[in-house]
Amino acid sequence: MQLNEWLEKDSQARSTGEKAGGYPFGFMDDGAKKEIRRSILKAVAIPGYQVPYGSREMPIARGWGTGGVQITLSMIKPDDILKVIDQGCDGSVNAVNIKKFFASVSDVAITTDTLEATIIQTRHRIPEEPMTEDQILVLQVPYPEALREVEPSETETRRMHAEADYSRMWLYLYEDIVNYGEITISYRYPVTVNGRYIMDPSPIPRWDVPKLHMAETLLLFGAGREKRIYAIPPYTAVEPLEFEDHKFRVEDFTGKACSRCGATDTFLDEVIDNMDGGRSHFCSDTGYCDKRYDTWNH
Amino acid sequence: MGYVAVKGGNEAIEKACALFALQGMNGSSSPLEVAQIRDQLPLAVDRVMGEGSLYAPDLAALAIKQTFGDTLEASFMLRAFRATQPRLGYSLSLNTEKMRIVRRISSAFKDIPGGQILGATSDYSLRLLDFDLLEDDEARRKAFRERVFSTLPDNLELPETFPKVISILRREGLLEETPGINAKEAVLTDITRQSLTFPASRSAALQSMARGETGGMLTLAYSSMRGYGNIHPTLGELRIGYLPLTITHPVTGEPYVVGEVKVTEAEVLARFQGKDGMPKFSLGYGFCFGQNEIKAISMAVLDRCARAEKPTCPAEDQEFVLYHIDGIEAMGFANHWKLPHYVDFLSDLDRLRKAQDVARSSNAKEETDAAE
Amino acid sequence: MEPLIRIRGLSKQFGQGCERCLDATGPEHDTNLCRYCGSVMACNDVSFDLYRNEALGIVGESGSGKSTLVRLLHFEWEASGGTVELHRSAGLDNLTDLFEANSDYSRNLLGLTHFQKRQIRNALMGIVYQNPHLGLRMQVSSGGNIAERLLGAGWRNIARMRERSAELLEKTEIPVARMDEPPCNFSGGMQQRVQIAKALSNKPLILFLDEVTTGLDLSVQARVLDLIRNLRNEFKLSMLVVSHDLGVINLLCQRTMVMKAGRVVEAGLTDQILQDPQHRYTQLLVASQL
Repeated sequence: MQLNEWLEKDSQARSTGEKAGGYPFGFMDDGAKKEIRRSILKAVAIPGYQVPYGSREMPIARGWGTGGVQITLSMIKPDDILKVIDQGCDGSVNAVNIKKFFASVSDVAITTDTLEATIIQTRHRIPEEPMTEDQILVLQVPYPEALREVEPSETETRRMHAEADYSRMWLYLYEDIVNYGEITISYRYPVTVNGRYIMDPSPIPRWDVPKLHMAETLLLFGAGREKRIYAIPPYTAVEPLEFEDHKFRVEDFTGKACSRCGATDTFLDEVIDNMDGGRSHFCSDTGYCDKRYDTWNH
Repeated sequence: MGYVAVKGGNEAIEKACALFALQGMNGSSSPLEVAQIRDQLPLAVDRVMGEGSLYAPDLAALAIKQTFGDTLEASFMLRAFRATQPRLGYSLSLNTEKMRIVRRISSAFKDIPGGQILGATSDYSLRLLDFDLLEDDEARRKAFRERVFSTLPDNLELPETFPKVISILRREGLLEETPGINAKEAVLTDITRQSLTFPASRSAALQSMARGETGGMLTLAYSSMRGYGNIHPTLGELRIGYLPLTITHPVTGEPYVVGEVKVTEAEVLARFQGKDGMPKFSLGYGFCFGQNEIKAISMAVLDRCARAEKPTCPAEDQEFVLYHIDGIEAMGFANHWKLPHYVDFLSDLDRLRKAQDVARSSNAKEETDAAE
Repeated sequence: MEPLIRIRGLSKQFGQGCERCLDATGPEHDTNLCRYCGSVMACNDVSFDLYRNEALGIVGESGSGKSTLVRLLHFEWEASGGTVELHRSAGLDNLTDLFEANSDYSRNLLGLTHFQKRQIRNALMGIVYQNPHLGLRMQVSSGGNIAERLLGAGWRNIARMRERSAELLEKTEIPVARMDEPPCNFSGGMQQRVQIAKALSNKPLILFLDEVTTGLDLSVQARVLDLIRNLRNEFKLSMLVVSHDLGVINLLCQRTMVMKAGRVVEAGLTDQILQDPQHRYTQLLVASQL
């Protein structure tokens, strides 16, 4: 196409005020989508390995989910059903903001029902209801590098992964036990994927780590600012780093239940009721809580 | 009080955006025109174009208006806009000797071929607030213009281009061979298409810095100049001007000038032991859109720092510098701490409570042991 | 008996090098720096054998290349040339294609990948540096320092690792109660002993000791040297002892090599070298010992 023709076409598109200023479906151009899909395929082929990719800028700030957004946009089709959550909640500001963006660049249906969605984009939680082979979970990642805690240099951590030289990470856990009697890592608990790479599962709580092991659904991890994509394909072994005599443990909610739906087997948010410090607990997964509440109240 | 599930998120966000927009409508002054920003705040526009990595003065001015003068947010807007534009191609290599100069100085020599052209600069002005500007109007401006132009000679022959100071040094064998000119480095990396890996190629490093945040780069370069580093830089040449943008014509295939861009270029010299044992000067190179001398000089110093054999300070650590000077990334991540983190925090609380339990039980054990 | 490890023609050069480097450097020129191109021939054409259960001393002044030699054998630096071959009896059968079917000695270890070199290093070698900051993580507990090697070898039981650490701390005469303290709080002599404990944690066959007592008080030196001698007897270690102090060499080593300007100038039984030095430089060295 001639340069003049392109300029003509572009100014026409802008003046007619097409959807979101004439952006293609899914905001990104074909070239960008293809590159991200290729990176995803490579990530799936090497479970737990961080694939560098040319991360595009989005209208959402870096650090606010651009990695997850790019993955979702590169895969999404008009007949997809999308759920977006943040801290487990569909109505949280970040989730709402991202949904607004998606609505403006695509026509996909939105749902709050985990089982109904085809793609779920999430920040820092995995839904309580197990997902299936027909679904994809996209996680937003602030720190893709599990070893960053022991080594600030990217050049060095890449070497450590390449040579499976993980003794410093294990040493960090040993020192934790020596100093505190427990491994103190809470979210971002390091896991070994497929017996090879140590991976950061994103800041999900420990509660959600067991869900990664032999999951039926495809798990994709996007770090936009750090420009890395990684993946856990279905039915992959994912083991939290632990010692024979100091095993991995999830958060302890004994004696607590959701004040709204009564669940005793979900991750509970702690809410401070009043200035006296009274506490209530509610399911972090609001979609699941809604379902249970509706069931009990019909 | 009954628990209200957080479902008013959408409305809250919309109101927050509206409130923000209202902030720019304070007082009784008339709405700022984008043209006013473009014409009367050119250095802000230049900075936003440089950090946004898009040469588009009108859009930069619009972004500054929209973000109420937050130049970092404005740069972010330009970057995001840039990401939506289709890539038509790359320009041909541009030779900065062809720059149509508006300012050009060298600190290395007292005088240089073509002369020291001070150009438009505030370097020598006294930093005193000018209260006359409170009564700025067209009449005042007209009078000022007439005063300035009346002192100028009618016919003044000015050369369009000037030779490079470093060419003199190069001719005399005082300048090192430019690293990166050999075949291996001749392939340019495009950092918007590939993510940075280390050690980064020189083209990737320079691109990252050309779109870097001015304050961040200044801080790191300053640390090096002050003593956390071994570079004693001299400004070989600073030039600002309009660079003709040449592409390959889509039909004829011939070089074709599509316009010009205003740029700042800084070349900094430092002493260096050459590979064959012969001491020479080494070059640090800085370049950015518009007139932003602080950024260009800082970039040149950081470029030179990155070539230290073994980094002895942060400014010499290429990975440290390149990862932390992108304003959009830094700002986004710093801001993200305002997002809800309550699940992560709860997970932390659980760990802390457990660790306290362990500490208490081992203290109790110590006490009972001691008592026995 | 066959040597445990065979080193032939080992070299390390810093800089581009030129045709005149070899002739312009060495003991006769009293320098390892080539005045034509500025390259440093840190270590040049060094060949020797190391046997099981023997201590080999390497003596020379600073710049002689003795520390370079250790860095090369410990796979910290890439060699510029030479071969290092391991005898089959070292027991590294789990490392595939290290040994060819019919030979007693391995392939050249210097040609292996970083990953393989690290595996060999972890299984076979221990090192103690002159400066404990090189060999220890000062902010990590002493027990943790020792455990790091075990963790690298795949140990995953805290109690058992602490048992082994306690064992080694006892052997190196460090109070076990201080196992959870970081070495930055210890005296110089104690830090060296933690290094020794760490070096022994994975039961190495070869121990490198690089100027380990230099800089310590004489009484502390004596204690550390005594410890090393006892440990060698107990664990039947092969040791490479680098020092500029002939007294240390004499105490620990049956055989010795003398290095100057990157080359070996004399080698043989320690007694013989001390009583009847042949090379001019060795004579100078022996004569100038207090």
